[in-house]
Amino acid sequence: MLLADILASLFPGGHEVIVQGGLASGRGTLPSGSQLAVIGVDGRLPVGIDEAARLARHVLDVTTSGSNDPILVLVDSDSQRMSKRDEMLGLSEYLAHLAKCLIHADAHGHPTIGLLYGHTAAGAFIATALATRVLLALPGAEPAVMDLPSMSRVTKLPIEVLQEKAKSTPVFAPGLDNLAQTGGVAAVLDPTRSLADQLEAVLTTVAGTGLQADTRDQLGKQRQGRPKAADIAERVRELALASV
Amino acid sequence: MSSPSWFEASARQRVKEMLDQDSFVEFIGPEQRETSPHLSLFDLPEQFDDGMIVGRGLLDGKPVFIAAQEGRFMGGAFGEVHGAKLTGLLRAARDVGSIPVVILFDTGGVRLQEANAGELAIAEIMRAVVEARLAGVPVVGLVGGRAGCYGGGGLTAGSCSALAVSEQGRISVSGPEVIETNRGVEEFDSKDRALVWRTMGGKQRYLIGGADVFADDTVASFRDAARYVIEHAAALDLDTLQAEQVRLEQRIERFGACADAIDIWRSMGAADPQSLPGMAFEDFVALADGLKETRHVAR
Repeated sequence: MLLADILASLFPGGHEVIVQGGLASGRGTLPSGSQLAVIGVDGRLPVGIDEAARLARHVLDVTTSGSNDPILVLVDSDSQRMSKRDEMLGLSEYLAHLAKCLIHADAHGHPTIGLLYGHTAAGAFIATALATRVLLALPGAEPAVMDLPSMSRVTKLPIEVLQEKAKSTPVFAPGLDNLAQTGGVAAVLDPTRSLADQLEAVLTTVAGTGLQADTRDQLGKQRQGRPKAADIAERVRELALASV
Repeated sequence: MSSPSWFEASARQRVKEMLDQDSFVEFIGPEQRETSPHLSLFDLPEQFDDGMIVGRGLLDGKPVFIAAQEGRFMGGAFGEVHGAKLTGLLRAARDVGSIPVVILFDTGGVRLQEANAGELAIAEIMRAVVEARLAGVPVVGLVGGRAGCYGGGGLTAGSCSALAVSEQGRISVSGPEVIETNRGVEEFDSKDRALVWRTMGGKQRYLIGGADVFADDTVASFRDAARYVIEHAAALDLDTLQAEQVRLEQRIERFGACADAIDIWRSMGAADPQSLPGMAFEDFVALADGLKETRHVAR
């Protein structure tokens, strides 16, 4: 789905979301009357220092607005911008700052919902969609950790071997189904139905303030994409608490 | 007796030497053989601790939770078990609410053979770091290992309350080889080691405000640094985030047009910026503290 169609389906009464330089920001009113703040990355834009700073500024504007509006994070991005300039100026700080702003907002009355409708990868994925409380996706979304040529360079495995393994090994292969199995995506929406209705149903489950437990590892266990993470994390937590 | 090199030490040596003598207690140690469930698919060897050590100990008689990555196993990369151990430790720190967490980073980022599990692990760790910090717990990072602190490791480090870095510590998202593969050797020549160090290395990070303390490459220096950053850790609240926003926007305004780190150092006022990479520890610290961008580093 295109961003314009998504916004039209979410906000049939119109909205004030603008897209500038590939970044979306603004607000809309759902059919029920509840307000929603929106930020986003569109058109497979890479997220570099400039983009991360602008998105974080929008999130902080919502946090300081005095409202209790949930924040919808729409994502169709490239990976982080891979350049000398971005790394020289500390891209890790900018992406971490964006993620912190989103998680902080979530903890202070602005539940965050991600909606993945296109591509995303690596650090851009972590700082946007994966920093939200509930991540939704539309069919056709293409999350990835790293492109196969880079993976081949880093792992020193031929790209043909990686392509072959990608077909049989969900834990490493790119793609929405594989990521959903690990617990990263809560639900895939139905594009033939009203997105507003589907989003409102999700919003009722995240109403209220404060952080809720991060249950993605448990979801990954149920879906058999991550057999050990939930149990290891819980065992360490219990041992650590018992040691105090 | 001189203190051992941080860069050369293993993760276990760093933990042992950093904490008060015999105070370390490990959670899910190697004797439990909780190995990666995925590496065998790639015919790769496993390690009994999956390259991550977590536990508790004492620093100057005060309790700390500690986590250390072994950069010599799979480049210290975050896999499912590796990451889950740190997540569990951070969640405990959040629940206790008073014991600081010290993370000894040494990582190339997400372990690509289990990429989806590793990516999710980073997302969970970052959320757990923020939860611990919101509960008032300092979460501090030390960066000076062989593998550097790349990819999701760089993002996790950027979520910490405070960071200490040595000259050898590199903090970055995309590694040199990944930039070169995607953008070409004209954008970044990964074989040009001097370029790597001055773009991503500890000196550049300290100068532009990406780390709070510049440590010498010894366990003793990192121990001092850990003590300092725990004490000076920033609380995570709206004021801190707004200050960080301003700090990061100003960095783009001031240095966004610089083509190289040398240009940044020159515009900061370094008389002989070319000499910075070769400068000895004490000389660099003295110079840097005169030049340094931001004294109070909100993060």
